[in-house]
Amino acid sequence: MKLDSKIPEGKLEEKWRNYQIKSQLINPANKKKLNVIVVGSGLSGAGAAATLAELGYDVQCFCYQDSARRAHSVAAQGGINAAKNYQHDGDSVWRMFYDTLKGGDFRSREANTYRLAELSAPLIDHYVQQGVPFAREYGGVLVNRSFGGVQVQRTFYARGQTGQQLLLAAYSQLYKMIHAKKVTMFPRSEMLDLVVINGKAKGIIVRDLVTGELKRYAADAVVLATGGYSRVFRLSTLAIGCNGSAIWKAHKKGAYFAAPSFTQIHPTALPQSSEAQSKLTLMSESLRNDGRIWVPKKQEDTRKANDIPEEERDYYLERRYPSFGNLAPRDIASRAAKERIDAGHGVGRLKNAVYLDFKDAIAKFGLETIKDRYGNLFTMYKKITGIDAYKEPMQISPAAHFSMGGLWVDYELMTTIPGLYAVGECNFSDHGANRLGANSLLQASIDGYFVLPNTINNYLASALKEEHPTTDHPEFEKAEKEVKTSIDAILKINGTKTVDHFHRELGKVMWQECAMSRNKKGLEKAIEDIQILRDDFWNDVRVTGSGDELNTELEKALRLADFIELAILMCTDALERDESCGAHFREEFQTEDGEAVRKDEDYSYVSAWEYDNGNFKLHKEELEFEFVKPSVRSYK
Amino acid sequence: MQVTFKIWRQEGPNDKGTIRDYLVDGLSEDMSFLEALDHLNELLVLKNEKVIAYEYDCREGICGQCGVFINGRAHGPHDNITTCQLHMRSFNDGDTIVVEPWRTASFPVIKDLIVDRSAFDRIIEQGAYITAKTGTAPEANAILIPKEVSDNAMDAAACIGCGACVATCKNSSAALFTAAKINHLNRLPQGKAEEHKRVKEMTYQMEIEGFGSCTFTGACEVECPEGISITNIAELNARLTKANFLG
Ligand SMILES: Cc1cc2nc3c(=O)[nH]c(=O)nc-3n(C[C@H](O)[C@H](O)[C@H](O)COP(=O)(O)OP(=O)(O)OC[C@H]3O[C@@H](n4cnc5c(N)ncnc54)[C@H](O)[C@@H]3O)c2cc1C
Ligand code: FES
Repeated sequence: MKLDSKIPEGKLEEKWRNYQIKSQLINPANKKKLNVIVVGSGLSGAGAAATLAELGYDVQCFCYQDSARRAHSVAAQGGINAAKNYQHDGDSVWRMFYDTLKGGDFRSREANTYRLAELSAPLIDHYVQQGVPFAREYGGVLVNRSFGGVQVQRTFYARGQTGQQLLLAAYSQLYKMIHAKKVTMFPRSEMLDLVVINGKAKGIIVRDLVTGELKRYAADAVVLATGGYSRVFRLSTLAIGCNGSAIWKAHKKGAYFAAPSFTQIHPTALPQSSEAQSKLTLMSESLRNDGRIWVPKKQEDTRKANDIPEEERDYYLERRYPSFGNLAPRDIASRAAKERIDAGHGVGRLKNAVYLDFKDAIAKFGLETIKDRYGNLFTMYKKITGIDAYKEPMQISPAAHFSMGGLWVDYELMTTIPGLYAVGECNFSDHGANRLGANSLLQASIDGYFVLPNTINNYLASALKEEHPTTDHPEFEKAEKEVKTSIDAILKINGTKTVDHFHRELGKVMWQECAMSRNKKGLEKAIEDIQILRDDFWNDVRVTGSGDELNTELEKALRLADFIELAILMCTDALERDESCGAHFREEFQTEDGEAVRKDEDYSYVSAWEYDNGNFKLHKEELEFEFVKPSVRSYK
Repeated sequence: MQVTFKIWRQEGPNDKGTIRDYLVDGLSEDMSFLEALDHLNELLVLKNEKVIAYEYDCREGICGQCGVFINGRAHGPHDNITTCQLHMRSFNDGDTIVVEPWRTASFPVIKDLIVDRSAFDRIIEQGAYITAKTGTAPEANAILIPKEVSDNAMDAAACIGCGACVATCKNSSAALFTAAKINHLNRLPQGKAEEHKRVKEMTYQMEIEGFGSCTFTGACEVECPEGISITNIAELNARLTKANFLG
């Protein structure tokens, strides 16, 4: 199958308008007859469900938590970007587009990235209208700050809880439509398979997490909004329940998976402190606006941070990247930290961290200003570590954080299965090989609120002419049976090891071989190791309890089974790409001073993998740069 | 470190439930409280027993999904934190730790430590929003909102919906939760158009759900992970009087 990205004609600035002019409309009476399933209630899912319902569609929305308000969008701290140019510092849609494209190391589509920047300003208007209490100046206008990889101030924020405030706005709007009886909400429901009838997505199989019952839901179109899959590393900044199952099942049913190995390692999380650790807490990137990152110049220095004199500190980001300094993009900042830690300059009990220091900022702006800007982050740091970061520097460390990769989608956000859409973090669309900070709340929101509601009608207009699917179709029967079979199989094994044991093992392999830096030998070995792990899992895992009850151990096992398969594809993708770009750093392809070497002649494409009975077949979407010339990405 | 957990086990909503003892060894002070329970669950699996059901998701104090009584206090021994933010360093070697679910009729137990808090969603459903459709917004800076107003709205908006306020209240009142949401929206110019309707309908739903009335004991603000102040409830009462008066 040839991949058609369906990019509209015309100048970059006109593409989205041209698209909208030509897209099909459906009259209100007919919209009521069409139902859409939205899996996920994060910014992308709640935004899509609420807006589709406002437009008149009949919507069913699913999430695995007890309430839609808990989707992991809630955890985003730092902010959301928009090209408003409120600070009069030379920002524009074009500049934001260019920053994003360059930030992604020229591995995303121009048209998508431009649309993201173009729709960012109206999105801020939307959230303000919905009651988001963004930070403001005394005079009443909105405030901005900077995020990594950017030299203007375009980030909007609500204290250190931006994601929470945006999500609560989306959740409220969703509940407005639930109240209007236009959306039915199914919390504590996990999608375990996609139902495809005659090549089109027509429904899902869901496990009711309270009763264990498997249920069938039919629809005219299915939207996946299930978030990121970085829990494949086990230790990550994601919520414990975040999973790749929905998109993995869709992949196995025919949806291509794009750039699976592009995963972002965030430079400023709290370091791991024990083997039993279940998650890594993020410290917002916004801290790098005022905090300075350093390590002791001396290796294995055992002195306390405050006892190390100024001239014995290595502010390595400022040294290596003078024009961006502490605000170098994430992939670069993470790799630079890893380089220092590996070279014996790491700090903290396990020597796995670097310092993030606010001493100079406090001296310059005063304690009160710093408290006002980051108060709740400092409080959070203290709750977890017991350390007062106003008095001594924070200790931070890189952690798995975001998946740029995801289901391949075209300009309309449709996957390679007609009628199946992917929005938010679970698709591969706008971020290329590295995502800029504060661009992801943006992308999830834009996908859900503005893009999908304008593109889905193009497909649904044709669905009107078809028969409405029903759950007694043999394909539903078959899908439900497959799910039941794999649940029964897992419960029957009764082996000797726990699910968490296998997840820890998988995490170790992935962190070692498929995270910040990768090489051919390591990846080949990783694939073998994961295959062994997979066999071991299916022979020796033990899950107690039954499938007909609330069983958290079974939930974990089902998610892990999918993660193991996804991990193999991630390594396969990383192995295939013989270049370094963005977050994908192959040790074989670097300059003498350790910078990435990108190879546009050979790898200027999006990899899109097709599932083929346990094997993966590569398809390439060649990237065409019509308006911008890809340059060497330098932040020096 | 070694502790004895005394944990509430209840198969389902209709089961009576009972406290069971678990002596757990091999814990470390760096572990979070939930990681200690994870560890216990792994031991239970290896002993062929069913795992203890408890809730969490973000494990960083923001999603509001976690929440249990620990030694008689909502979210454990410290003020203003969530269960997932509690670490074992807050306990001593040899301690006995009693763990129970939120106890209030409006949050029925589903299994072990998991309760049903959907009553909160139904309160939200009655008006915790601004009735405006996507695509209809004016320019964001067209309405100026002074910093103090926006900051005050944010203070109330910070609620994570964990339910500790209700669980710790001797009257099982949801006044802090409801007040926080109403004040967040009603303090902002965007929330003004529907302010009275919002107050009346959300507080009415709060009663229908069977939550008790507030007698200002102040217990809630001590346990609230976001430190939302009880003065919000006084503000709500004033708003309710006004809303009833103005129809
Ligand atoms: C700690 C942290 C901080 C961040 N900070 C920022 C920031 O400051 N700025 C920024 O722009 N971005 C930030 N990000 C990234 C950003 O928050 C996410 O990319 C974005 O919120 C994802 O939204 P989403 O709608 O795609 O998914 P999510 O919000 O993760 O929602 C996923 C939804 O899918 C549901 N779901 C998942 N699997 C299933 C299944 N199998 N069945 C049923 N339902 C399912 C879940 O229940 C949930 O409702 C941060 C991310 C993290 C982890
Ligand atoms: S797990 Fe999210 S607040 Fe505790």
